[in-house]
Amino acid sequence: MRKQRLSPGIIIGFIVILVWCLLPVAWIISLSFKSVAETTTGSPQFLPKAWTLQNYRDILTNGDFLDALRNSFGIAIIATVLAVIFATFAAYAIARLEFRGKRMVLSLALAIAMFPVVALISPLFDLWRRLHLFNTWPGLIIPYMSFTLPLAIWTLSAFFREIPWEMEQAAQVDGATSWQAFRKVIVPLAAPGVFTAAILTFFFAWNEFALAISLTSTTAARTVPAQMAFFVGPDPFNPPYSQLATAAVIVTIPVIVIVLLFQRRIVAGLTSGAVKG
Amino acid sequence: MAAIEMKNIVKEYGDGFKAVNDISIDVADGEFMILVGPSGCGKSTLLRMIVGLEDITSGDMVIGGKRVNDLAPRDRNLAMVFQNYALYPHLSVFENIAFPLRLAGASKEEVDRKVREASKTLELDEHLERKPGNLSGGQRQRVAMGRAIVRDAEAFLFDEPLSNLDAKLRGQMRTEIARLQRRLGITTVYVTHDQTEAMTLGDRVAVLKRGFLQQLATPRELYTNPSNLFVAGFIGSPPMNFLPATVEGNQVKLPFGTFTIPEEKATNAQGKGLLIAGIRPEHFDDAAVMGPGKPAGPPGGPHDGPGPRRSTFRAQVDVVEWLGNEAYAYIPYEAESEVQEQLTQLERDLEGEGLHTQLVVSLDSASRIKEGDEAEIWVDTSQIHLFDPSTGENLTVDKSAAGTIPSEAATGQAAPQPDAAASTGEQESPANAPEA
Repeated sequence: MRKQRLSPGIIIGFIVILVWCLLPVAWIISLSFKSVAETTTGSPQFLPKAWTLQNYRDILTNGDFLDALRNSFGIAIIATVLAVIFATFAAYAIARLEFRGKRMVLSLALAIAMFPVVALISPLFDLWRRLHLFNTWPGLIIPYMSFTLPLAIWTLSAFFREIPWEMEQAAQVDGATSWQAFRKVIVPLAAPGVFTAAILTFFFAWNEFALAISLTSTTAARTVPAQMAFFVGPDPFNPPYSQLATAAVIVTIPVIVIVLLFQRRIVAGLTSGAVKG
Repeated sequence: MAAIEMKNIVKEYGDGFKAVNDISIDVADGEFMILVGPSGCGKSTLLRMIVGLEDITSGDMVIGGKRVNDLAPRDRNLAMVFQNYALYPHLSVFENIAFPLRLAGASKEEVDRKVREASKTLELDEHLERKPGNLSGGQRQRVAMGRAIVRDAEAFLFDEPLSNLDAKLRGQMRTEIARLQRRLGITTVYVTHDQTEAMTLGDRVAVLKRGFLQQLATPRELYTNPSNLFVAGFIGSPPMNFLPATVEGNQVKLPFGTFTIPEEKATNAQGKGLLIAGIRPEHFDDAAVMGPGKPAGPPGGPHDGPGPRRSTFRAQVDVVEWLGNEAYAYIPYEAESEVQEQLTQLERDLEGEGLHTQLVVSLDSASRIKEGDEAEIWVDTSQIHLFDPSTGENLTVDKSAAGTIPSEAATGQAAPQPDAAASTGEQESPANAPEA
C-alpha cells in the first residue's frame, strides 16, 4: 500500500462520520451518569449537572438485572459454541465432499437465514410450551443456533474452500488421520473464519429481543434486552432513562471487549505462505 | 526403503475417461525413477496413486512386497513433496519438519534430534523459528524436503517440485535433490514435465503420453534409442529434427539430398514407402570447420574416417543463434502433406506450436555461417532414426539398448483415441527387450 498524506477533506469526512456514529453512544454514557431525578424532569444539557455513580450501584445490585446478565452470557456463549462447532463440521463437509443434495443444503440454509424471525414466534411459543422448553435456556439456545447456523456455514465454507487441498493431503501423507488433519491443519488455518462466525453468532444471540421477550416469562431465562423492557419504574409515563442507559452501557461493554479481542485474529491472514504465492 | 511395483495400473474416472492406462513400472529399491510427459499424460495421477491420494481403478500397487491398493496414505509410509510445497503456514519451520514425527508419537528428544539433523542437511538451521510465509521460494522448497527426509519413509515422491522456482534456483535445487537422493539411497519417484530434469536426475525415465507408457529406459537409452516419434521429439533440447524420407537400398532420400545409411537400419525400413527421418541437431555441423574427430560417413562404411568429405549438403540458412559454446542454425524446408500431418499431431502432443517445418542444426562455435548464407552442412547419417509415419514407431530402434518399450497398442500409438485401445486391455508385450 502506498502511504499518502490525508487531505483536509478526508480528515473532515472522518470526523463527521465519527461524530455521527459515536454521538448516540456518548449520549447514553452521559445519561448513565445523571441522577434519576435529573432525567425524569427532562434534561436539555448534554453533560450531567452532577456526576453520579448511583445508577451503576443500583443496576449492579438489582437481582433481576444480574440474573438477566447471567442468562445473556450463558445463552449467548452456549449458542455460539454449539453453532460454531456444527457450522465448522457442516462447512467442512460442504467445502470438501461431493455428495447428493449439497446445493440443497446450502440453499436451504440460505432460506432459513432469510426467514423472518417474527413469523416463527407464535408457533415456537406453542411448541415450546408443549415441549416444556418455554422459559428455559435451551428454549432460546435452539432458535438462536438455528438462525445463526446458516450464516456461519456460509462464512466458514468460504474459508475452507480457500485452504488448499494439498495442505490436508500433505498431512495425510505425513501420517495424519482425517480427523488429525482436520484438527491440526484445517481448523487452525480456518481460525479467522471460525472467529468471524463466532462473533456474528454471539452478537445475534446477545442482542436478540423478539424471541427473548416472547419465549420467556421470568428471570429464569430472560436475557438483558428483554429484561430492559421491564425497567419501567414506578411511573409508566416516566421511565428511568438514566438506569436504562446504564444497563445499555453495561451490556455494550462485553461486545466491545470481544471485538477488540478477536479483531486481530480475524485480520491476521493466516494462510499467507502456505503455498507459493 | 522399498521397491515400488506398479502392475497394470489403470485409473478411470466416473465419466469413463482413463487418465492412466495399463501402466506397469518397477522401481527398484534405491532407484531414482522419473515420470515425465506433457501435461495431461497421467504422470501426477500415477504418483498420487502410489501415495494413496487417488484410488486405483484396477491393477496392483506393491510397495516393499506389500499390496497397498486399499491402504490409506498414512499407512503407506511414503514421503511426498508437493508442487506448491503444502507447508503448514501456522507452524514454524521446526514444527513443519517435526509434524510427521509428532503424528507418529516420537519423543521430544527424538523429534528435536531428527529435525536438527534434517535442518542441518538442508541448511535451514537459522530459519527454524520462522514461519513459511517469511521464507523465499527455495527455502520453502527445502522445508518441504525436510519434512520428507525427517521420516524413515519407504520412498520419496516428488510432484514437480521445482516448477515454481526460477531458472537459476531450479538448476541448483536439481543438483541438491540428486545429491540428497544419492546420499540417502532412498527409492524416489519424481514427476516432471521438464525433459532436462528427467535426463539429469533419473536412473531411469518413464515417458508417458495421454495415460500410456511410451518407453521406460535410462536417459541415455531414451536419447539414443527412442521407441517412437513422441519420445524422440520429447527428449532432447533442441528437439530432434523430423524430415520426410524414403529408403531405397542403403540410400535415404531426404529433402536436402540422398545419403547412405548403415545397412541394418536400411533393412528395417525397406518397402515402407514414405518415412519420417529423425536426426538430432548435434549430428549436423558446419562442414567448413569440421574437426578431425567426426567421421564423414557411417562407421565401417565407405566414408568412415576422419575429416569432412562426404555426407554433406548445401542449404540456405535462415536464422543463426550463437550461444558461445555452440550455435544453432535454422534451415526451412517443405514437407509432404502426409508427413506434415503426423508432425503437426506430434507438435500438439508435445504442447508445441505447429510452426513451419525447419531443420535445427547445431554448429561448432567456430563456425562463421551467417544468416542468409548458403552453407555446406555435414550430417552424420549413422545416427539417423527412421519412423513409420502411420504408427510413429521407430523402425531403427536398437531393442537391446532401449529399455522397456510396451507393445504398440499399449502405448496408445496405433489408436487415435486413447480410450479405444485401452478398453481391450492389452498386456505389456512379452517380447519386450530385457531391461538394460
